[in-house]
Order: sequence, then structure tokens, then C-alpha cells
Amino acid sequence: MKSLFTVFWKEIRENLRDRRTVMNTLLTGPLFAPLVFVLIINTAVTRELDKAELPLDVPVVGAEYAPNLIAALKQQNLRIKDAPADPERAVREQDADLVLRIPKDYAEAWRKGESAQVELIFDASQRDAQGSVSRLQRVLDAYGQRTGALRMIARGLAPDLTRPLVVAARDQSTAQNRSSTLFGMLPYFFILGGFIGGMALAIDTTAGERERQSLEPLLVNPVSRGRILAGKLAATSLFAFVTVLLSIVAFSIAGQFLPTEKLGMALDIGVRFAALTLFVMLPLVLLLATLQTLAAAFAKSFREAQTYLSLLMFVPVIPTLMLSVFPIKTQTWMYAVPLMSQQVAITRFLRGDTVTAQQLGLCFVCTAVAALIVYLITARIYDSERLAISA
Amino acid sequence: MIEVRDLHKSFGAVKAVDGVSFAARDGEITGLLGPNGAGKTTTLRMLYTLMRPDTGAVRVDGIDAAADPLGVRRRLGVLPDARGLYKRLSARENIDYFGRLQGLDAATRRRRADELIEALEMADIAERRTEGFSQGQRVKTAIARALIHDPKNVILDEPTNGLDVMATRAMRTFMRRLKDEGRCVLFSSHIMQEVAALCDRIVVIARGRVVADESPAQLLAQTGQATLEDAFVSIIGSEEGLAA
Repeated sequence: MKSLFTVFWKEIRENLRDRRTVMNTLLTGPLFAPLVFVLIINTAVTRELDKAELPLDVPVVGAEYAPNLIAALKQQNLRIKDAPADPERAVREQDADLVLRIPKDYAEAWRKGESAQVELIFDASQRDAQGSVSRLQRVLDAYGQRTGALRMIARGLAPDLTRPLVVAARDQSTAQNRSSTLFGMLPYFFILGGFIGGMALAIDTTAGERERQSLEPLLVNPVSRGRILAGKLAATSLFAFVTVLLSIVAFSIAGQFLPTEKLGMALDIGVRFAALTLFVMLPLVLLLATLQTLAAAFAKSFREAQTYLSLLMFVPVIPTLMLSVFPIKTQTWMYAVPLMSQQVAITRFLRGDTVTAQQLGLCFVCTAVAALIVYLITARIYDSERLAISA
Repeated sequence: MIEVRDLHKSFGAVKAVDGVSFAARDGEITGLLGPNGAGKTTTLRMLYTLMRPDTGAVRVDGIDAAADPLGVRRRLGVLPDARGLYKRLSARENIDYFGRLQGLDAATRRRRADELIEALEMADIAERRTEGFSQGQRVKTAIARALIHDPKNVILDEPTNGLDVMATRAMRTFMRRLKDEGRCVLFSSHIMQEVAALCDRIVVIARGRVVADESPAQLLAQTGQATLEDAFVSIIGSEEGLAA
């Protein structure tokens, strides 16, 4: 046990003297991802809000054919602009978000009481313009329905006649729920934090040590290789854990500045969120550190190890992507799958949904067991003769 | 006291060590001499239990390496072929790390480190980080950390490799000192002069086998040659891999 601590402290001390490693662990890893995340969310949310309140510019072709319609649009806080010469091209090339075209025969059809057509030119692949397009569409629909109702009344009919079915939308999402789609990526940032935090040490303590030719002298000491490995893993895990801890703290603080209440959302970012997230991340940090060390043990050089670990970094994305592409209902078995269980649990913590103690336990135990299995495999690799030989 | 009996080690189809037996006694310097690729490093690696022999036995002070590898390592001070240091630690910290791994208490570590730093004349570099050390400074540090636990048996794999003339002389003086302290010193070399200057006993290895195990004088008498170099050539049967 003493030798394990000796290896542990030496790795900690040596790596704390490496400015690049310290920067990655204490600064870049934990702060970069959550801050960027908060920044993006903040910008996106603020922009959506701005758009809803600001007057919307609508380029119109043939505004002179429908003065009443134009007047109605202006009332709804839309600003009528002159249309570009080639509306379709302007929209395709993103010079305009949308263009409204009123054909010449509009007035004629309107007067006869036929369906008068207007054309809305837009590009559905432009996410940015979607808000403007649907806003104009709503205004146009409302104008059409109001005019329709007036015509019915003028003929002595009840306006409800043309509306046999009315749909009343009853949204069951809570404020927390609504925000969760925005925050589905968040667990990945924490997992990534742990990955970045442990990376330098995982490489340095195995492939790096072999490349610098210091592994053979180390293994000549009367300490079993299992102990040496355990000491190195403990150091790697500690660095990764500190990164995750700082990452969670940074997000918990930055989260307070999110304009979520403006969107009618509520996030449960606080001490409870931080503590629970830390709890489910703890075994995952061990698992990631062991996986990284295992990958580095196969590598002959520092560079090779970096390549392996970069590839390994894509593994944690898989459950995140799967869950966002196939938003399946959270089921208990998911808590038994490492990575996925953290993804699911952290998302639910954020929404303020309950995760039962049993599910928490399942998440912790299964990830810890996975870490243990990978540790045993790594220990076998460490015991091979091949490991120590540098050249 | 290091005893080796009938060691065999193959890597795939290559027989690196093919029946090596010898003994290195306390208070003597034993030289393991052989051309490059003769199996010296592999033999030594089996001695310090980094590798397991396919067959054969290694005993250090009567302890069997296969049965108690940790016990054997405790009795050995080893300067392996690979002698990398931790460049972000000072020389003294490098030495101290190995002292801790040997399970020494703080007072002993301090005392032994001071003794070794003085004996190896490295007081000027002891507190410096090892990044940028010269080859000679690196070897000194590597030897100091290998001997921190005051081992009775010392194994040095090509200890003068890459050293300049002054450093080589200092190394030889230091090895004699280890011998005078009553230790069993075993070192490998492919340099004839070095072996001739130092050894009480020469074990010549070629193609994975021991081809001679004598004192320098006996070696001359046996081959009927005037110089050790000629004796060496006549024993291994070629001049391949031989450096003067």
C-alpha cells in the first residue's frame, strides 16, 4: 500500500510541474467546454427573444394589389419593404430571409370572393429564418380567418360552420422539460472534461515512461507491477476527477447567468445537481482513466498513444448522439450501461426529474464493475514482458 | 552471489539465450563479455526478473528468482540498458523515489543519498532537475538510484556506454570501490580493454552460449594468445561485433 502511494505522489508531483498538463487539467478542460456551452445557449436564447419582440422586415412584391392586407400586416408590427428584383434568387443566396409576392390577379379574386393566392418564398433549410417565416405565416392565417368569418356573418351564417373541429393544445411539458432538449449535450461536456483531464497522465505514465526509457528501471524495484499500475491509475483518476469537479462547479456558477426564465424554463442547477452529477461521474472517471491507460499501454510511443486516445475520445459521443437522434424513453436498463447511464442521469438531474436510489446505485455499480474489468485487463498487459522493453 | 544455471530464452524462432550458466561471487567483479547481439542484455534481464526464462534457474544470495522475484530484486542494484530519468524531478528526487520504492525510511534514504552523491561526485547537480543532463550526469544519477538500498549485488548493463574518457575512468574507479566493499559486481560489456582492466572473472558469451568462464590469466593460457583481444577473437571464432 505504501508503494502505491509512493508511485501516486510521484506522478502527481511530477505532473504538477508540467505547465501544459496543469493548464489542461485545471483550466482548459473544466472551464472551456461549459463556458462555451453557456455562451452558445445564451446567444441563441437572446436572439430568439429579440426576434419575437422586434418589428419584422417583410419584402413584398406587388404590395399595391392588396392595400388592406398590407395595412393588416403593418398593424402586426411588420415593416413592409421593397422586394429585390429576383426574389427566389435573393432567398437562395440568403440576401433575404423571406419574400411575400402578391400576384396581379389577387384583387380580382378577392373581390369575387374566391381564394386569393399569395406566395411566400423562403428556404426551409435556413434555420435562422424559420422564426420569421412562421411569424408571417401566422399573421397571414389570422388575416384570412378573420376575413372568412366576416364574410360568413355578412351572409347570415355562423362563422363556426367552417370550423367543425377546434384543437386546443395542452402542453404537458414542465418548464424544466422544455429546457432539456437544449441541454442534452451537457453530460458529454462533463465526460469530455474527465477525458481531457486524464489524458496527459495516462500517456505520460505508460507510453511516455517507456519512450523515455524509465519504465524498465522502475520495474526493477521490488514492487509488484499491479501496485505500480494502481498508483499510476490513482494519479490519472485524480487529475481527471479534479477536471470534472471544476467543470461541474464552473457550469453550476455559469448556469446562474443563463436567461432561462425568459423562456419560461427552470433548470435545477445547484448544490443538489452538482453533488448527484459528481456521484455518477466518479466511477466513470475511473473507467475512462483505466481505458486510457490500457490504450496507452499498447502504444510504443507518446505519439502513437495520442493517436489511440484521440480515437477513444469518440466513444463517449456515441450514447449522446444515439439519445439525441433516437429520443427513446428512459428505461431502467439504460442505467446499467456505462456512459449512457451518466448521460441519462445527468439530463434528468438537470430537468429536476427524479432518479430513484436504485437507479443511482445501478449506474454507480455497473460503471464501477466495468472499470474493474478494464483494470484487470490492463494489469495483465502490465504483467507482460513486452511492456517494459523500450527499444 | 549470483548463480545462473542453464538459462534458455527464445523470442519466436530466435534463440536469444541458449544455455547460459555461470556464477558471480561476492567481492569480485565479473564481466559478461560478448559481441553485440550475443544475448548479454537478455541474460541480465532474466537475472533482474524483468523477463522469465523459458527454462533454467537464477539464484541471488540463494533466493530463487522464479519463486520470489521481489526478494531477488531487493538484493539487486540494477543499472539497466534503459536508464531514463524523470526530467521534471531533480537528481536527488529521482534517487529518493527509488529509495521509497525500496521501502527505506526517510533517515536512511537521506543518509544513503548523501553517501552516493559524494561517492559519485555529483554534489553540483544533485538539486538540479535532470532535464538537460549530460550522458555522464544521467548515468551517475541512474547508478545512485539503483544503489540507494545498499544492495549486496550490483548488475550494470554496459555501464560505460556513451561516456567520455573521464567519465569512464570515474566509473571504473567506482566499480572497484563496490568490489572493495565486498559486493558482487556483474557487468556486461563488448569492450575488451574495459573487461581486462576490471575483471576478476570473465564470462564470454557468443550466440546465446557461454564459450568461456575464466580469470583473464587463465583465458590467455587456455587460448595460447598474447593479448586478451586475440584470446577473445579466437574464442568466439570471429571478429564480428568486437570493439577495442
